Amino acid sequence: MQYNGGSVIAMVGKDCVAIASDLRLGVQSLSISSNFEKIFPVTDRLYIGLPGLASDVTTLREQFRYRVNMYTIKEEREIEPQAFAQLVSSTLYEKRFGPYFIEPVIAGMQKTPSGSYAPFIAATDLIGCLNFAKDFVVAGTASEKLFGVAEGLWEPDLEAEDLFETISQTLLNAVDRDAFSGWGAIVHVM
Amino acid sequence: MEVSFAMTGKGYVLLAADTTAVHSIIKVKTDVDKIKELSPHLLMAYSGEPGDTVQFAEYVERNIRLYQIRHTYPLRPPSAASWIRRSLAESLRSRNPYSVNLLLGGYDTSTYTPHLYWMDYLGTLVEVPFAAHGYGSYFALSLLDRYHDPEATVEEGLAVLRRCLDEVSKRLVVSPGKYKVKIVDKDGIREVEL
Repeated sequence: MQYNGGSVIAMVGKDCVAIASDLRLGVQSLSISSNFEKIFPVTDRLYIGLPGLASDVTTLREQFRYRVNMYTIKEEREIEPQAFAQLVSSTLYEKRFGPYFIEPVIAGMQKTPSGSYAPFIAATDLIGCLNFAKDFVVAGTASEKLFGVAEGLWEPDLEAEDLFETISQTLLNAVDRDAFSGWGAIVHVM
Repeated sequence: MEVSFAMTGKGYVLLAADTTAVHSIIKVKTDVDKIKELSPHLLMAYSGEPGDTVQFAEYVERNIRLYQIRHTYPLRPPSAASWIRRSLAESLRSRNPYSVNLLLGGYDTSTYTPHLYWMDYLGTLVEVPFAAHGYGSYFALSLLDRYHDPEATVEEGLAVLRRCLDEVSKRLVVSPGKYKVKIVDKDGIREVEL
């Protein structure tokens, strides 16, 4: 998991979610690219972050795109975050004894029965164990540092602009302490 | 040690690779071509496990050509990169993975843009403005960070390449003597004398 480097974090706010990652791709100590995106859109209201082995990042992104497309065609509707999280979990567990070296982070807006949207975040380990947190989820080489800073900076019911500031500062300060993460960052707010 | 470099410029991609074939302490051959021409506007420099390299490179070359035969239209660089990457990613978890690192340079004739991709034996694919493989990368990448210009002309690009090659000859213990340099642009592929 430490071969290519990279970290991702997702946070919940007031009727919004944010997901952010660094942009580094390296081969152990040698940095190769400062433009390696690890967060991909699943639908307009759902993003997935894939930190870990870069080859599996691309493979899994293509796998999820295929499975979500099949879901959309069969169900004739867009996939909801909760269902997508379960899809991620089963995709990873299928490779239980030869896993993908990725710890996905999911962030999206879930449709509620009343018709409005509620923020949703989740993360899994490399074999698909789901973690439905209420505040924030972290993954990657800087995950311990991200936990620390997020625990300090996060508070409930942050508005979109404040959530953006909070998640950005959390990410920046955490990856600055990690040798394998950094070299640029990107934040998506929904 | 096998060394390869590549960089993009204004409407072109420049690739350079050493020309030595080594077995233990002996230079078996000094005029090897390690840059395959996959299609009229696609070049691939390969390095890695001897044997695996040529086998995989020829496998890729034939399949890219097959696509062109079937569809009467060559695969564009991003699509070719994606296909090659998938072959490597599938090989990784097979019984006998290919241990080949690649630099893929191509010119997209529909969007008139040059593309350069860095790929390794795990199936890592990333588009980059310049790239290198092997021990030479430790010298070349920093030089390219400083001197690379994505809007440079061919002459300026070759000057930067010369800087990289000189640094490798000066500082790498087992530096290769000769390099093969190829360039791909809107007019296709040609070899360049350095």
